[in-house]
Amino acid sequence: MASTPSSVQAPGRSVWDGGVSPMGVSYGKLMMWFFLLSDAFTFSALLITYGLVRSSHPGFEGVVEDFVFSQSYWPIPEKVYEAVPFIDTHLPLVFVGIMTFILIMSSVTMVLAVEAGHRMDRKSVEKWMLWTIVGGMTFLACQAWEWTHFIHGAHVGASVAEGTTFFGANLVQNQYGPPDFADFFFFITGFHGFHVFSGVCFNFLIYYNAITGVYDRRGHYEMVEKVGLYWHFVDLVWVFVFTFFYLV
Amino acid sequence: MTHSEEPRPVTVIPPDKEKIKKLWKVAGILGIITAIEFGVAFLVPHEFQTTRVWLFIAMTIIKAAYIVGEFMHLRHEAKVLIWAILIPLIFVVWLLIALVYEGMAISDLRF
Repeated sequence: MASTPSSVQAPGRSVWDGGVSPMGVSYGKLMMWFFLLSDAFTFSALLITYGLVRSSHPGFEGVVEDFVFSQSYWPIPEKVYEAVPFIDTHLPLVFVGIMTFILIMSSVTMVLAVEAGHRMDRKSVEKWMLWTIVGGMTFLACQAWEWTHFIHGAHVGASVAEGTTFFGANLVQNQYGPPDFADFFFFITGFHGFHVFSGVCFNFLIYYNAITGVYDRRGHYEMVEKVGLYWHFVDLVWVFVFTFFYLV
Repeated sequence: MTHSEEPRPVTVIPPDKEKIKKLWKVAGILGIITAIEFGVAFLVPHEFQTTRVWLFIAMTIIKAAYIVGEFMHLRHEAKVLIWAILIPLIFVVWLLIALVYEGMAISDLRF
């Protein structure tokens, strides 16, 4: 909310000479934007490097139906992520789809909390922040399950170099494909998951401040907006991880 | 401006139905695009891998644009802020081009 004092219109003065916000946002919001920009660089570097390393491994050549895990080529992602909790069948990508849906929904509740904050509507901010926290924690729980499943391995292991059978995955070897495959899984989804975790912590802090009336006393709910930016960014990163890690 | 701790009267502005409807519309669009991505993943056979990849990338960019533009409100900010965020992303494009080039060189060498 930049107000433009009359002195700005004085000859020889521009909006950059001080006293106003040329970008129309507060210092805190601007710095959040630049932090997110730098975070976008980190995630792009991870995902683009994933692409490079994947392209330097051979891909699977045969018919998709005949696909089996092997150390000698990169796995087809939908053949790796096909487990769903409580259901003992192959449903490729369904669980990841549910996770995507949960994160998008929590982004919607966040934007509704921001909207309520603009109206100084404390009750609605509390309600929507709570839903956002629930969404974030559900996502984290899903990811914990997925990691556990990935680490312990599915029904069949895969033979590794020494002719032994190996189940699941660690940073050195895995049943799904080359070691790099599991390494990137752990680093990219782990780094994103940690962002979700810190986002949930921030959201809880905002929720706590809202219910104790800090923002009512302060006269504005801008902190909800700043943390909202971060939360949407986490959702944005997941959109890219979903495409480049699970779909492609 | 002082940060006084005395309670001041808080005026709650009633919700703007139109604005909230618009936010849910964006959510619906994001959901539909994700559903289409699933459709492509299961209905377009793996033989058309290039088509699949380009469809996925296109839909990802549309989703990203909606999230950044509407949810993060960037589309409605000052022009100078929009460009301050978008122009530096050219470094991402550079890294992408550099590593795709590198990847093609590695592929030529190995396969």
